[in-house]
Amino acid sequence: MARIIVVTSGKGGVGKTTTSAAIGTGLALRGFKTVIIDFDVGLRNLDLIMGCERRVVFDFVNLINDEAKLQQALIRDKRVENLYILPASQTRDKDALTEEGVARVLDELAKDFEYIICDSPAGIERGALMALYFADEAIIVTNPEVSSVRDSDRILGILASKSKRAEENLPPIKQHLLLTRYSPTRVSRGEMLSLADVEDILSVPLLGVIPESQAVLKASNSGVPVIMDSESDAGQAYGDAVARLLGEEHPFRFINLQKNGLLKRIFGSKSKEELPV
Amino acid sequence: MRLLNYLKFNKPTSANIAKERLQIIISHERSRRNNTELLALMQQELLEVIAKYLNMNTSAISEQVKVELERRGDSSVLELNITLPDEELALTNS
Repeated sequence: MARIIVVTSGKGGVGKTTTSAAIGTGLALRGFKTVIIDFDVGLRNLDLIMGCERRVVFDFVNLINDEAKLQQALIRDKRVENLYILPASQTRDKDALTEEGVARVLDELAKDFEYIICDSPAGIERGALMALYFADEAIIVTNPEVSSVRDSDRILGILASKSKRAEENLPPIKQHLLLTRYSPTRVSRGEMLSLADVEDILSVPLLGVIPESQAVLKASNSGVPVIMDSESDAGQAYGDAVARLLGEEHPFRFINLQKNGLLKRIFGSKSKEELPV
Repeated sequence: MRLLNYLKFNKPTSANIAKERLQIIISHERSRRNNTELLALMQQELLEVIAKYLNMNTSAISEQVKVELERRGDSSVLELNITLPDEELALTNS
């Protein structure tokens, strides 16, 4: 049975596509046959993040309109076995995503794949609603910042009322919180909502914490999912998140300040860095 | 570190302020969300009950029964407006 996982957030720019690419690649690296679908019709970007933008011929909307076969539209990743990408259309608008069409494509994919990752567009309109409608699980990507947390709560409400599982009174979508762009330094200065604060407000089980990291931009520059940079903090944090998604228990990393910095922090400079904003 | 900040400034950090603001707005939005769901359910059930006793067809009834929740100061007021048909109130269970 394929598991359909939506990566969603409400707010834009918080790391949905980065997360979809990383989690999908991570699952494939673990040996699961995985497809990542870009639901952002009109503004496709998953292809760039995955580094396959020059191999797009057919897309998701072509499949929905029966203009192409699944094998023609799926792009096989050249680095990771078992990993496929289904790009969004760049020319159509989100109304092209019909409920019947999306259901048909997902059904067909479910025969062949173990994990289907739906990369949701920002907002709460058609594209976002279609991305989450058929989901079994949801990864809610949130930045420790007021507007992102509020929008995440809005999405939680939509998952609980407008998804297929909600409408048909099936067991609810399993929710996971993924906190991205986390900076322990700023949290310790009282400049950023802490992990505990966000968990407290949203009360969704935590899947992972991705630290603010230079590795993320580096990875997107070169079209390599950041999880493949296993030296980097963000890559390792995504690796932990994939392990937790598969039911393994891992302690959370990159959430505390380095211990060796303690004396420095107490006796160090009383510069502008110490002032809470 | 937190203690130092506390002694030095003795005022909430911006993260504290953010958390407090979020807790207030989110609990407000959640209760509104729940209210609209509950109201829709209640309206549906009320319609069914009314349709059972008054001889009205269900499509007309949804226009003639209005359920509204209003906030007045500390309390909420549930308002139920039923427009009865002009003809004699034909009770169906005669």
